[in-house]
Amino acid sequence: MRLTQGTFSFLPDLTDAQIARQVQYALDQGWAVNIETTDDPHPRNTYWDLWGQPMFDVADAAGVMLELAECRKVFGERYIRLSAFDASHGWETIRLSFIVGRPAEEPGFHLVREEAEGRRLRYTTRSYATERPAGQRYG
Amino acid sequence: MAGEAAREEPVEAAETAVDLRREFEESGVKAVLEELDRTLVGLAPVKRRIREISALLLVERARRRLGLAHEAPSLHMSFTGNPGTGKTTVALRMAELLHRLGYVRRGHLVSVTRDDLVGQYIGHTAPKTKEVLKKAMGGVLFIDEAYYLYRPENERDYGQEAIEILLQVMENQRDDLVVILAGYADRMERFFASNPGFRSRIAHHVDFPDYGDGELLAIAELILERQGYRLAPEARAALERYIPRRRTQPHFANARSIRNALDRARLRQASRLFETAEGPLDAAALSTLSGGDILASRVFGLPEERIGDGEGGS
Repeated sequence: MRLTQGTFSFLPDLTDAQIARQVQYALDQGWAVNIETTDDPHPRNTYWDLWGQPMFDVADAAGVMLELAECRKVFGERYIRLSAFDASHGWETIRLSFIVGRPAEEPGFHLVREEAEGRRLRYTTRSYATERPAGQRYG
Repeated sequence: MAGEAAREEPVEAAETAVDLRREFEESGVKAVLEELDRTLVGLAPVKRRIREISALLLVERARRRLGLAHEAPSLHMSFTGNPGTGKTTVALRMAELLHRLGYVRRGHLVSVTRDDLVGQYIGHTAPKTKEVLKKAMGGVLFIDEAYYLYRPENERDYGQEAIEILLQVMENQRDDLVVILAGYADRMERFFASNPGFRSRIAHHVDFPDYGDGELLAIAELILERQGYRLAPEARAALERYIPRRRTQPHFANARSIRNALDRARLRQASRLFETAEGPLDAAALSTLSGGDILASRVFGLPEERIGDGEGGS
């Protein structure tokens, strides 16, 4: 099942040229671009692992793409996303975030039903990938 | 702007003729070259060389539009010359020039030395160099005193690692980054001799001559004008005598020495005004350097025959 999180996630995967143009837009707005990875794709897992440092002082998208290529080499079998942080007063938050890398196989999510008081049912989802310990989940 | 021109390029690919004269004026190259002429004193060979390079790039760009050339030309350069001859200033202009011509996307200049590229322990160099390259992407990377990267006396020096990464990026990402190496002519020559990879990847060698005495005086006047000062006639005469004397001192760094001398003269002027002023000062008094401010310099105190073998310089 294809993971849909963040901007552009219902579009086909962006090409590198398209990613570079999005990154350039973010840099032109003065946002710091971060590369983040995870192997736990649960939608409530908001804090992914940061790759390197936030790129505060990069002027051109080529610098970010260099780092992304490096990250893909190491974490090709994880989810990779780019996020752009706006540090300006009043925002101080992520303004743009989209997935730029995903594992070859995405097993999807299991719907978990829990019996609660009375005959109530509580629902949650669990990624099939997280059945295995971190580090062995994909590939 | 260059950005728009780049976006329009696919549309203009159908062109069959190019008006170079118009390109020259509309791309803004003319404005940059004129500013170079106006703001930089002397350096005639450098200016000529830059004109040649920009003509070449303009023609190359026109050829690309007509589909005659496809390869991105190699733009890496080496600037050689003594300290204070304007290498960094020209590199800044060069970045702007390349940006106007559309050869670099942003046109910013990242100026580094060995310390910024080479790490202190194993595994420290590659991330450091890559960090700098990342910052310089889309602009110009200016490596001052580049020969310090290579230390033949220490075979385990980490500089070699930085050189290898640089060479790789210079070769593979010619569209993204232009590298300018700078330093003294003779040491650069030795550096290139021991790193043939660099020499073959550098297309343009520009040599910066020393300034003449008259040129240094003109520079001094330009600096003072920018700071809102002026020289009294006797101060000008004193400066004219100062320059050849300073030249024979050790650590003479052309325009930089002149700028430092003027900074010291301003200091003396301030303390002179502070000590001698009685009553309010007018604007002319506050902005005029007197002969005494210049003549108080140490170089005038040296006996004539000792000039040239003096120790230390400041």
